[in-house]
Amino acid sequence: MTRGAHTDTHDDTHDDTHDDTHDEARDGAADGTAPDRSAELELRGVDKIYRARSATTHALRDISLSVRTGEFISLVGRSGCGKTTLLRILAGLVSPSSGQVLTGGRDLWRGGRRDLAASARFGLVFQDANLFPWFSVEDNIALPLKLRGVDKRTRRARAGDLCELVGLSGFEKSLPRELSGGMRQRAAIARALSYDPSILLMDEPFGALDALTRDRMNLELQKISVVTGATVVFVTHSITEAVFLADRVVLLSPRPGRIRSVTGVGFPRPRSLDVESEPAFQDVVRRLRHELDEEDG
Amino acid sequence: MEPNPRMKWLPWVSTPVVLLLVLVAWQLAVTAFGVSEFILPTPAGVAGALGELLTDATTWSHIGITLIEVTVGFLVALASGVVVGVVLGRAQWLERALRPVLVAVQVVPKVAFIPLFVIWFGFGVTSKIIMAATLAFFPIMLNVMLGVRSVDRGHRDVMLGLGAKRWPTFRDLELPSTLPYVFAGMEVAVVFAVIGAIVGEYLGGSEGLGYLVVVSLNALDAPQLFAVILLLAALGCLLYLVVNGAKRFVIPWHESVLGPERA
Repeated sequence: MTRGAHTDTHDDTHDDTHDDTHDEARDGAADGTAPDRSAELELRGVDKIYRARSATTHALRDISLSVRTGEFISLVGRSGCGKTTLLRILAGLVSPSSGQVLTGGRDLWRGGRRDLAASARFGLVFQDANLFPWFSVEDNIALPLKLRGVDKRTRRARAGDLCELVGLSGFEKSLPRELSGGMRQRAAIARALSYDPSILLMDEPFGALDALTRDRMNLELQKISVVTGATVVFVTHSITEAVFLADRVVLLSPRPGRIRSVTGVGFPRPRSLDVESEPAFQDVVRRLRHELDEEDG
Repeated sequence: MEPNPRMKWLPWVSTPVVLLLVLVAWQLAVTAFGVSEFILPTPAGVAGALGELLTDATTWSHIGITLIEVTVGFLVALASGVVVGVVLGRAQWLERALRPVLVAVQVVPKVAFIPLFVIWFGFGVTSKIIMAATLAFFPIMLNVMLGVRSVDRGHRDVMLGLGAKRWPTFRDLELPSTLPYVFAGMEVAVVFAVIGAIVGEYLGGSEGLGYLVVVSLNALDAPQLFAVILLLAALGCLLYLVVNGAKRFVIPWHESVLGPERA
């Protein structure tokens, strides 16, 4: 009945093991058959085709996905599977060739033009922190508020609060160059949170960090997503990271990029790192890894 | 105390030492090896000539003239260089269309134009200002063009993702990312402007430090020639310090001010 939340398009050669995983995963996973009006973010038949003089690349084909409010979605896949393109389409940085992106029931690309009011619901975090080197940490964090015409005092106060949330207290006046990679990424997250977006879109935000920092950032990201109640779409190429963070893991396969499977992860969030040693967790990771490996065969 | 890897103190010690060594070698060359004082005057002789020059009011008017030529020429180059650089940086098709012309103008030794400028604009200050501006224009224009195109893509994505409009995008992103290039161009340009003005004064006119050089040469007054060169060096240093100071004030966050990042 509720299988829709867990499997969609992958071929069924591994069905036995799949069903085991699904049964475990289903406990506590939110119901995927919810009607569209509760969807925070919805993709309907999204295609993306890049035409260059020499070749036409079908980057994404027929992507349909519905993300519920407060849900944490991971997008995984090999490099070149279109996961970054998909996220950029969600963010409104790139327009889909066909299909629709709906957020809160509004079409993000109406008549080929980006709906600025709709994209104001998004907070973006990229692989690079992309902090502006000419602004202090606090000015970087408050930049979105500045663009919205919020006065300076309010911006300061908000930046201070956010620094506390992401663990950057005391670095408000520092320049980005004085921060470590992990701290810069925290600042980037704080910037994305500054205007209370209902949706956080993150493109391999911790990809450039060392494993230990990454673990810590993942724990904190969970905390933040729970505290703020934001819906999160998180792109990564690490299966473990994807499973650890997400309510549902969306596996993309390449050329053209399409959804291969959607897997629910049943552990309640926030999770501790101990969850990674649980057999059920490892089963999900193993199965996803198998699916990825099949592509090579 | 942790050792200072950038050794900020080193130039403060090394510069006086190097200067002292040069002076000693200079004096030795004259006294020990018997180089004629017509060719190489002693440091003391040059100092004397310099003292004479500085107590002479006409010297200061020469300095003033050259300073005005350089400053006005540089400011003209700055304004026009920034405007043209921004336009060519933005409109790639225009840059492509004009590239052959630009390259041609750039590779021509521009001091060759000075006689032309003298014919067109006379022996007065104007032809020197134009010469200074011509030389200073290209480094600024080229740097600005590069700067306009070098706005980081990731930074652009941030502004785009935030739905920033045109003016805020310019104010908070494009302007600050281009400024370091403007200053890099200015640091080269200010030196070029001095060259332009001096060479202009060599070839025509009756005022300015370049003219003073020619006068000293005609009188075969080597000590005074050395003294004028020292004045020119001081002028160049002063102008460079002004530009550099402005840079430190305007873009205190930049690598060229703060030094390379430590990992």
